[in-house]
Amino acid sequence: MSELAIRLRGVVKRYGPITAVDHLDLDVPLGTCVGLLGPNGAGKSTTMRMLTAQSIADEGELEVLGFELPQESKQARVECGVVPQSDNLDVTLTVQQNLLVFAHLYRIPHAERREAIERALKMAKLVDRRDTKVDKLSGGMRRRLLIARALVHRPRLVLMDEPTVGLDPQVRQELWALIDGLRSEGTTILMSTHYIEEAQRLADTVLIMSHGSAVAAGPPAQLVREHAGVQALEVYGPPDRLAEVEAEALAAGLRTRRTGTSVAILGIDGDGYSADGERRPANLEDVFVLLTGEQIE
Amino acid sequence: MSVSAEPRQLGRLERSALTGVLVREVVNFSSYWRSTTFSSTVEPTIYLLAFGFGFGSLVSRVGHYRYVEFVGTGTVATAVLFSSAFPAMFGTFVKYKFQRTYDAILAAPVDTEELVTAEALWIATRAGVYGCVPMLVAIAFGLDPSWGMLTVPLIAWLAGFGWACFGIMVAGFASSFENFNYIVSAVLTPLFLVAGTFFPLTGLPRWAQDLAQINPLHQCVELVRHAVFGYDGWTDLLRVGVLVIFGLVLWRVAIRAMERKLID
Repeated sequence: MSELAIRLRGVVKRYGPITAVDHLDLDVPLGTCVGLLGPNGAGKSTTMRMLTAQSIADEGELEVLGFELPQESKQARVECGVVPQSDNLDVTLTVQQNLLVFAHLYRIPHAERREAIERALKMAKLVDRRDTKVDKLSGGMRRRLLIARALVHRPRLVLMDEPTVGLDPQVRQELWALIDGLRSEGTTILMSTHYIEEAQRLADTVLIMSHGSAVAAGPPAQLVREHAGVQALEVYGPPDRLAEVEAEALAAGLRTRRTGTSVAILGIDGDGYSADGERRPANLEDVFVLLTGEQIE
Repeated sequence: MSVSAEPRQLGRLERSALTGVLVREVVNFSSYWRSTTFSSTVEPTIYLLAFGFGFGSLVSRVGHYRYVEFVGTGTVATAVLFSSAFPAMFGTFVKYKFQRTYDAILAAPVDTEELVTAEALWIATRAGVYGCVPMLVAIAFGLDPSWGMLTVPLIAWLAGFGWACFGIMVAGFASSFENFNYIVSAVLTPLFLVAGTFFPLTGLPRWAQDLAQINPLHQCVELVRHAVFGYDGWTDLLRVGVLVIFGLVLWRVAIRAMERKLID
């Protein structure tokens, strides 16, 4: 059995009458990238906050890098890097000053500080911008700095809460490359996201969350196979026609999902089912919608 | 399965955590020190000019002090209050609510207790320095320098620590900026006016004079005056005691208030 960077068992977090996290189990093996996938309100951010003891669980066991939370959280945080969902850089400071502050907060010894900051600047491709104030940076640069800030002390575990939310596709791809590079260096990553493509590309294992608990977990390809089969048939048409297609598929014992403009009939792996439409490989989005429901509550 | 190394638990109020938070404040200060220094120099100068010439023409002496001496030493406490309670209140709230700075700091190996303590220490240090400015201005207006003045930064620091904790506590309990109005109007303004800064308390009713004894701002005013013109033995030690208790109690309350706010 491989060593675990994060181990959650039966974790519950309630806010008054709302149960944000409901008996969640989560394993993040060392050296892997795990994606926490779920719609808004599924409990991803609360889970992330519990891992740094900024939110205290009502029930359950939490272990981060072998330390028990919340008692030993500070020790765990020494070796963690956190990329928050909302940008909380010091905007009146320069790029380098932001990194300097975090080099201190993460206790990098004096002799190694300069080198650590240089490394972070390079990684974020901000060497030329070191003296630029944060409020003069583009959105993509700010995000890169936010990630570099979390990595300045070479953490063994990186927690990323929606690292690419609200960014252009170009910027997002740039960040994916950065995260992928980190992963290939062997850094353990737990990343929450509601972008399916992001999870599919970066995560070794995906945990799909809905209403505070895990509804499925496994490598993306395996999840797709298990829950959505190999192929899907995408049928387009007016709403009435889509309703018919849906009814026919259900009658044939197949599962469907709406995509807004079409109905996808899932698990048509043989040639047994025919209807007019486009065949395509089943994907993680199919699984996501199947497991977390079609309607946003 | 465990991948950790000793020690299992880090202590409270660690030096490295306090340093981390202080470095952030100092680096930030390097980007706004000009405006802070400007306002904390210009403000007391205006006070001294206005009250010195305004009241000074009506009142030449208060007790055995010349009026410029009275106001010049009194406004040290005002400067301490303005450079501690207000920045603590607004700064803490902005960092919590708008900049989300505390989310980032608490994700690092820093606890709320360390965060609050470091910020209060920093604000106290600023108050210790800026608190002396009115006295320096007063020297330019004719206040005679004395050796006792060298203890004024310490008094300003001590009072500043308490007021910084007060401000952090208020920010911790406040749910919006508007809440500060209640505190400023109902707490700070009365305390500010019955501190013996601009007029002596001896003219007030007995009960008000008694109440003023538990006003930390009044104790700060008295201590500064005595530092400049000569200490009053045990009485002043008692005043220091009041400021120490004020600081310690509000320090703990501020930590509790911020823990409630930051950790859910």
